[in-house]
Amino acid sequence: MTGNCFHCGEPVPSGIDYSVVIQGEKRDMCCLGCEAVAQAIVDNGLEAYYQHRTALPQSARDLIPEELRKLDLYNHPEIQKSFVITPAEHLKQASLILEGITCAACVWLNERHLQQLPGVTDVMVNYSTHRARVTWDEREIDLARILREVQLLGYNAYPFNAKQQEDVRKKERQRDLRRIAVAGISMMQVMMLAVALYAGDYSGIEASTKDLLRYASLVLTLPVMLYAAIPFYKSAWRALQSGRMNMDVPVTLAIFVAFGGSLWMTAKGAGVVYYDAVCMFSLFLLTTRFLERNAREKSTEAAENLLRMVPAMATRLQDGGQQVVPVMELEAGDLILVKPGESIAADGSVTEGASSVDESLLTGESRPVPKEAGVAVIAGSLNLEGPLQVQVTGVGENTVIAGIIRMLDRAQAEKPRLAQLADRVAGHFTYGLLALAAVTALGWWLVDPAKVFAVTLSVLVVTCPCALSLAAPAAFAAAGSRLLKQGILLTRGHALETLSHVNHVVFDKTGTLTFGKPFLHQTVVLADLPASRCLAIAASLEQASEHPLAASFLCAVEPGALLPVEQAQNTPGKGVAGIIGGVRYTLGNRQLSPHTPEGDVAGVPEGATVVWLCDETRPLAAFALADELRPRAREAVEQLKAAGMRVTILSGDSRPAVNYIAAQLGVESLYWEQRPEDKLAVLKRFQQEGEVVAMVGDGVNDAPVLAGAQVSMAMGSGTDVARATSDIVLLTQNLVDVSRALETGRESIKIMGQNFVWAIGYNALAVPIAVFGYIPPWLAAIGMSVSSLVVVVNALRLR
Amino acid sequence: MDGILIYLLSITFFIVIFAGLGFFWAVRSGQFEDMEGPAQRILMDDDDPMIPRRRLKDGEN
Repeated sequence: MTGNCFHCGEPVPSGIDYSVVIQGEKRDMCCLGCEAVAQAIVDNGLEAYYQHRTALPQSARDLIPEELRKLDLYNHPEIQKSFVITPAEHLKQASLILEGITCAACVWLNERHLQQLPGVTDVMVNYSTHRARVTWDEREIDLARILREVQLLGYNAYPFNAKQQEDVRKKERQRDLRRIAVAGISMMQVMMLAVALYAGDYSGIEASTKDLLRYASLVLTLPVMLYAAIPFYKSAWRALQSGRMNMDVPVTLAIFVAFGGSLWMTAKGAGVVYYDAVCMFSLFLLTTRFLERNAREKSTEAAENLLRMVPAMATRLQDGGQQVVPVMELEAGDLILVKPGESIAADGSVTEGASSVDESLLTGESRPVPKEAGVAVIAGSLNLEGPLQVQVTGVGENTVIAGIIRMLDRAQAEKPRLAQLADRVAGHFTYGLLALAAVTALGWWLVDPAKVFAVTLSVLVVTCPCALSLAAPAAFAAAGSRLLKQGILLTRGHALETLSHVNHVVFDKTGTLTFGKPFLHQTVVLADLPASRCLAIAASLEQASEHPLAASFLCAVEPGALLPVEQAQNTPGKGVAGIIGGVRYTLGNRQLSPHTPEGDVAGVPEGATVVWLCDETRPLAAFALADELRPRAREAVEQLKAAGMRVTILSGDSRPAVNYIAAQLGVESLYWEQRPEDKLAVLKRFQQEGEVVAMVGDGVNDAPVLAGAQVSMAMGSGTDVARATSDIVLLTQNLVDVSRALETGRESIKIMGQNFVWAIGYNALAVPIAVFGYIPPWLAAIGMSVSSLVVVVNALRLR
Repeated sequence: MDGILIYLLSITFFIVIFAGLGFFWAVRSGQFEDMEGPAQRILMDDDDPMIPRRRLKDGEN
């Protein structure tokens, strides 16, 4: 034992026994404060702090409130390293997980509150992931202060790392399930007793039996009041504390009024009790929220899966030895060893070794990319062949892939206009509802004081604006999850809404309608050798070449068909040559062999590349290589046309190449040799004519057009720039998905519309009936729940 | 009348507590983590070698 505090380094006074398990060992602490802080660090998965720290912290002895001390830790630069980035001088940006978000109003509340803090330059809260992106000026405010402000609002904020969010989510889900179970079990029992009580009113029941049943119901309702319904109280309290209104305020009020009134009746031994209404109301509300939350979480999984492709551990080379360390501990400048078959843990550049790497994670291109010393590699890509020694340039939040995730995150934070409108309406609605309840209570008190309690309760319960505020998010979440199932990733919220208005689809050609790489299109035999033999010879010769054309030969034949080649020779810019079975063959363009015939080969499409295979005396075959249409491109275009869309091809390629593709697809509206700025100009012209344009593209050159179009879709195989600027990513690269996405957009708007009509119609109808006292509270609970369930179930039809 | 009711109600409380604890245990042991997986998993055979492998060509995803 060292006798010093592991946390602050001060001597441990004798007779003191505080300790925390850090890095698998029990460490002594000098005081309760240090123990609490160290435990907080460990619990938050930030143990790496102890390895990174370069100076000991102040002893935690004199700081008093434990919660606040915990937050101060996040100001430590060593700890911040894992989740904070510095976009500009003095500016810092962090992703935070917000715990306790139950509805869109909470998001708004946090955003608003943080935005008005001096020094906070930007706050975006993502409703679907409960993540917040905060940017602040480090000269004016520090992170702990921001976190504290969040805590003052009644939420908890944690810095984000992927693993931790998963845990938080899992815990919340389990808690929700437990609450639903408690409410459900209690409701079943209480309903049973309620039936006995109602039946007793008709057929006669002894007062003592009635009392017994009431007390039993009371006891059975207690778990709901004390456990299951807590989220409503918390959310309502939060709203009231900040002087705002959300739908949990009337919910809580209704629960308290119903329970309090019933309690009073039970004690008095007379009147009607509403324990059944309390349980049912809580159960249905919890269930609808649970369903809605589940739908939302599903649609975020894809984005997070990207992050998980980065491994958690890496092999660091240090002082001539190898050491397996968590990726979080890597620093820029470290050397790591990546063995074949391993994923690369961090962005970096190769210092030693040569291999090829699968970067399909970012590019969608599954063909290996050769890597040698001096070449950059990306975290998450897969090392295929030989060991690589990599010098780290970026870890964690500073990697290319984390950057993309942040873009996705930001994109998802944008709410569809309809959802924003619904939030605002629901907010006003709540005020109106409370006023109405008060007026009703007053009115009935004047008319018939005995009924005040029951009628007011009915009004509060029946008008709960849940259906209204669920209408848009439920449909949106269900549509997102359906699209994702089909391989369509929605990255911006407004896209769904705009999709339903699209009447013109513009395609890029290369890489979008076509694969963007040459395929063996046609083999023209010029001598007596069969085509398959010619192809086998050609492919064998190409084994020595790294030219992109070589790959198209190699994938056109079975690996077993390759022949041994002697004296293989590669002439860059011309072709390849070699001896197979004693005969010398050449494969390349006209300049390579003197035997290539003059003139064009019949039947070869325009824009195709022709390669000649010759032996020592004569030409054997001509191969036409051309970019190929994606398999279902024609079907996709036909579907779009059938749906009444205009279809246009906007390409940077030459006129014959564009014509060739357009003729195959039956597209008449063509633009060729377009530079990115030309493409944008064409797009703007369409838009000025009042058309709503969906742009489908894949390349860097498409990025401006994608950003300019009302809705943009990028091929999953496209460049990450294209994917970042687009609203929708077609992960399966199936062009038919374009019309599927458009269809889902139209359907989801239809469903949202139905939901709004239903929610508003239900309230318009139910409120007057309730106000005049024709709805008993139990029926009100059923009505309100059914209206919410109808909205959610209607939305689930989208999936 | 009340006597038998008290007897039955105590049984109810017992069952309620038992059911609640059972459900809590199920949640804690992760039975609700994945509602779709187990249904799918039962359909997957373990006789892997019997399934013919298809080789993907370049560009086919």
